[in-house]
Amino acid sequence: MHPSHFTAVFLFALFASTVFGITMRDTPKRMFRYGAYCFALFVGSVIVFSWVMFLIAR
Amino acid sequence: MATTPNKPAAAKTSPQGFVYLPLIAGWLVPGAGHFLLGKWIRGTLLAVSIIAMFALGLAMQGKLYTSAQDILGLLGMVGDMGTGLLYLVSRALGLGAQPTQTTVADYGKVFIVVAGLLNIIAAVDAHNLRTGRKS
Repeated sequence: MHPSHFTAVFLFALFASTVFGITMRDTPKRMFRYGAYCFALFVGSVIVFSWVMFLIAR
Repeated sequence: MATTPNKPAAAKTSPQGFVYLPLIAGWLVPGAGHFLLGKWIRGTLLAVSIIAMFALGLAMQGKLYTSAQDILGLLGMVGDMGTGLLYLVSRALGLGAQPTQTTVADYGKVFIVVAGLLNIIAAVDAHNLRTGRKS
């Protein structure tokens, strides 16, 4: 299996965020919100740092 | 004046039986600690996430740490062993034995280590549910 880098990041963020959400909060609603927050941070930070590295390399 | 007897808060939630069973079960089998406590949805989501991450790591030809020759190897092995029986069964079947040769395989190695670390977090969460520290 050879996923693209973004697919690997997406899957990593999805599974890690699911575990973080369930284990770090008490109620289902707060679990979902925290999981979504972690997912957005994972994927968002990767996109931002990817652009930073792209611009540095130019 | 009538008074009601005050029970200590700990006595109301004092767990019966072996307190560490969900912790140990959750470590050995991802999600099992939550299943023992009747948290079926949480347990299923945790099991699917951790097992999928471990399986994807192996599918990406990620390496399983088998010996601690240096500090990084030791930390990697501790992370891998967090997956409990998944690690032992995979080693017994000879999976993840090939050396890391591609970038994707390096990602796979990280997937496996992180799956183990997430499983430890999940097992501790099951223990906290068992002791009443978390609801």
